[in-house]
Amino acid sequence: MAPVNGTFQRTISALVQDKPGVLARISGLFRRRGFNIASLAVGRSERVGMSRMTFVVEGPDAVVRHVAAQLDRLIDVVEVYDITEQNIVWRELALIKIAAPAASRSEVLELANVYRANVIDIGVESLTLEISGGRQKIDSLIELLKKFGLLEVIRTGRVATLRGTLVEGEDDGLYQADASNPTYVLPITTGESGSV
Amino acid sequence: MSKYLSGSQIVCEALLNEGVNVVFGIPGGAILPLYGVLSQYPDLRHILSRHEQGAAHSADGYARSTGKVGVAFATSGPGATNLVTGLATAMMDSVPMVAITGQVGRSAIGTDAFQETDITGATLPVTKHNYLVMRAEDLGATIHEAFHIARTGRPGPVLIDIPKDVFTEMGDYDSSAHIDLPGYNPPGKAEESQVEAAAALINESERPVILAGHGVVLSRSWDELKQLAEKAQIPVVTTLLGISSFPEDHVLSTGFPGMHGMAYASLAVDQADLIINFGSRFDDRIVGDAKRFSTGSKKIHVDIDPAEINKSIQVEAPVIGNIKDVFAQLLPKVKPNTHVDWLQHIEHLKAEHPSLRIPESDRLMGQHVVKALSDVTKGDAIITTGVGQHQMWAAQHYQFTNANSWLSSGGAGTMGYEVPSAIGAQVGNPDKLVWSICGDGGFQMTLMELATAVENNLPVKYAILNNNHLGMITQWQGLFYDGDYQAETYTANPDFVKLADAYGMKGIRVTSQDELESAIAEANAHDGPVIVDFVIEKVDDLYPMIPAGQSVKELIEDPN
Repeated sequence: MAPVNGTFQRTISALVQDKPGVLARISGLFRRRGFNIASLAVGRSERVGMSRMTFVVEGPDAVVRHVAAQLDRLIDVVEVYDITEQNIVWRELALIKIAAPAASRSEVLELANVYRANVIDIGVESLTLEISGGRQKIDSLIELLKKFGLLEVIRTGRVATLRGTLVEGEDDGLYQADASNPTYVLPITTGESGSV
Repeated sequence: MSKYLSGSQIVCEALLNEGVNVVFGIPGGAILPLYGVLSQYPDLRHILSRHEQGAAHSADGYARSTGKVGVAFATSGPGATNLVTGLATAMMDSVPMVAITGQVGRSAIGTDAFQETDITGATLPVTKHNYLVMRAEDLGATIHEAFHIARTGRPGPVLIDIPKDVFTEMGDYDSSAHIDLPGYNPPGKAEESQVEAAAALINESERPVILAGHGVVLSRSWDELKQLAEKAQIPVVTTLLGISSFPEDHVLSTGFPGMHGMAYASLAVDQADLIINFGSRFDDRIVGDAKRFSTGSKKIHVDIDPAEINKSIQVEAPVIGNIKDVFAQLLPKVKPNTHVDWLQHIEHLKAEHPSLRIPESDRLMGQHVVKALSDVTKGDAIITTGVGQHQMWAAQHYQFTNANSWLSSGGAGTMGYEVPSAIGAQVGNPDKLVWSICGDGGFQMTLMELATAVENNLPVKYAILNNNHLGMITQWQGLFYDGDYQAETYTANPDFVKLADAYGMKGIRVTSQDELESAIAEANAHDGPVIVDFVIEKVDDLYPMIPAGQSVKELIEDPN
């Protein structure tokens, strides 16, 4: 993945046993091997007793390329894939609570509509939106909502999966690897929307 | 077949079913229920250590010298934390061990109870895996899993923490229960394509060197290594921990390269066109500056741990598999060869850069002691060492001819490893001669284990290379800190001969070269533990040396 401020990001998907202490084992490994977690999402998987984790890790390229191999050494990690250079689709989710008195409410709702965000809670003075998508789509909505008064922003980490098709998603930006040359450094791309 | 037993009984039965017949440990409150059933299991010999670090290193020495899993017991809190250095040592050197610790009762966990430490949390980075077992009925399966994990794949230490009331709880134990570890699939045979690629590189190379690491020893593949080296006439260098994987009196034996290795070994690695690495992790003490390490060679890296491939050195041909299996796959594909020119060149390097010059001095030097030990024992002893100058002199000047006869803390660099590891080695090899080569610094870190040797009538011979200094520190402060010597002199060493007497051991002091052989022979002849206090020259720098992070270009062969 393209370097950002001299560090590289990699996206890792892991299936792990749902046991106490698994997260501590993984976070401890990341800390002592010098991997920085940019985001982490965990939840139950389709397999009983297993959770799926999606990590985005940052660090020098030579270091973060070993994340998957190091994770695989952990006994509780059942499967791990570095999907950075794969054809993936990903999403983040955000809950955004905004000041929305009657005077500005319709404008907020209009923006929400354009961004396909759902209103999940509404009060007299505020409302809460739910939006999913790529990081830039969410960043962009948050930026636009700032002038109304952001009360709270809660974001998940990235979740990702391999695409079921060989056709690349137009806006999936970062999938531009040259598979025949694994050391190829990906160009900086825009449009990290993750939408199809 | 299922049995209904107490947690303590399950632990003992499961250990026996794993083939364990000796454990090293010290009791304490939380693990007392386990000690309470030991008398029911006379086949489980318990050796009472004097410090838990000693128990861990003894289990480690036992494991390395026998190839079996070493077992240590300790209680909760400080008992368990005292194991940590021993676990870290075993982890760095991939030694199969199982540590069983007592924990406070289940209801007290997390309350800062007396002698409570979160030992599974504390040992996460220094164990291959660890467990906190909360039900007696889970104990059997957990212990069998732990042994499976400790001894397979890349071996390592596993810790099992057991709350006091789980030892006394009753539960079912089924010794035939199947191990279910979906996330653990240690490699066996390598992929055929990887072996083919490696064989092709070997067959076309003109200047190959085998780098034999600890993996060869751990997988007990020394016979296969010799077959391969002889078939294609490839010189063999070992890593520090690869020492004793290849007989050093063999014509193809080319020493060990790296920071304090032989100059000819470092030069051979540097000038090779192919490095065939069997089970070494290209450690920084071998590699130095990775950018300038053997730049003219292609590299084959055979390792059981995929995470080691391309970690520090990029290789052309990775081969992931159990080294023993890989040798079996590789041997028929490697063509007989002679490499006459290259071997002549290696002989030339050995003659030009002898590296192991023993100082011509009337005084007693560390090298003299090790050379005499090697000569008198004919390379036939198991040697353990600590860390520092004495360790390197032992590695350089003892000629190892027996497989798996060198036990040293390579990765962790644990001073004090020498004293208890020798006890473990002697317990595991009662008929062999065990010499522990010690520095006076490291010896004093674990000397309380002498009582363990005496109590169990273990005839370990301790050779203290006594210079009243932390010799390697003296050397580094001289070389890299402008001779600003700080905290490297021991002005109050005990009289080690009197100390031997106090422990009920034989003590001998040697102060000159002409006493060496008779003193060593006297120690060998004594039927019991011995300390030989070799009073050696105070300051004597160790060479050859490649300063940390440098390359063979900066090799200092011998400034004198």
